[in-house]
Amino acid sequence: MLPIDLEYIQQRIDQMKDQDLYIHLELTNGAYAAHNDASRHPAANFIKNAVIRYAHGGISGVSPYYRVGLKMEHGWIYSEGLTHYEETENDRLIMAGHDKDGKLVVALQLSPYPFE
Amino acid sequence: MITDMERFDNQRVLVVLPHPDDESFSVSGSLAKYLKNGSQVTYACLTLGQMARNMGSPLFANRITLPEIRKEELAQSCRAIGIQDLRMLGFHDKTIEFEDRELLDGAISALIEELNPTVIYTFYPGYAVHPDHDATGAAVVRCVENLPAERRPVVRAMAFSRGCEEILGPPDVRVDVKDFVKQKAASIQSHKSQFWVPELKKASQKDLESRFGTERFWTIKFD
Ligand SMILES: [Zn+2]
Repeated sequence: MLPIDLEYIQQRIDQMKDQDLYIHLELTNGAYAAHNDASRHPAANFIKNAVIRYAHGGISGVSPYYRVGLKMEHGWIYSEGLTHYEETENDRLIMAGHDKDGKLVVALQLSPYPFE
Repeated sequence: MITDMERFDNQRVLVVLPHPDDESFSVSGSLAKYLKNGSQVTYACLTLGQMARNMGSPLFANRITLPEIRKEELAQSCRAIGIQDLRMLGFHDKTIEFEDRELLDGAISALIEELNPTVIYTFYPGYAVHPDHDATGAAVVRCVENLPAERRPVVRAMAFSRGCEEILGPPDVRVDVKDFVKQKAASIQSHKSQFWVPELKKASQKDLESRFGTERFWTIKFD
């Protein structure tokens, strides 16, 4: 994966609007968060292969942390803390945020076909 | 430096901020001062702060009830300040920077058109920490820039990002709001789901004055 290129990702977001897409949206602070540090609250969620469609979307932020917002007919998709995108994917938009140890914290992925 | 040379009478004031409670610490004293001097104040609050993490202490709100609770807290804050014209613009918390610009700028421009304000208060874009704050200030600046120069209201902005004074210089407007710290404290206390400030209840006038007696703004320059 490569560090996010804001202009390129904005183009990709624009290209994918107004069509049904499968989404994978995930946020986690790790299954061992509370085990390693009892004061930490273990929290995670993901939603995979829900079908969404947005009319309008954007990316913003300052390196290394970026935010994405996608406006749907009845609501929003929002993701903060994204740092990287997968440069080998052409029809899917694969973005993630990794912490200083390289671990995944957040993921936002959009695809015209389901994720495995 | 404009201090109390600044006029507080005969003004049409428009406040554009994204979250209920943005007004409290930053501008509520100045607004009370305008109102006391017979000026008109309209507060346009873009969202209901529905993504806030604070749920009251002890907990009394949840994700479902929070927007309605914050709406009432905002109305109460406005009553505390004396604001009668509150507009809730219906945008969603955390999304201002991603909003359809035509829709966002259109809503703000329509207010400017309707109210013909002499002065607008908002956040200083780029120096207001929260993306909604920056995006709100940026939208106001775009809307005012689009007006012919002779129709542009003064835009006063709030900045508080770390090191902002080194870049922007000191604020060029300092408003003495010592006579209005009671209203300011009441505005803060209105937002019960967000702020827990039991110490304000018993604070003396002198304490309040030293804590809240001055509000600071930067005037945005247009060329
Ligand atoms: Zn705010």
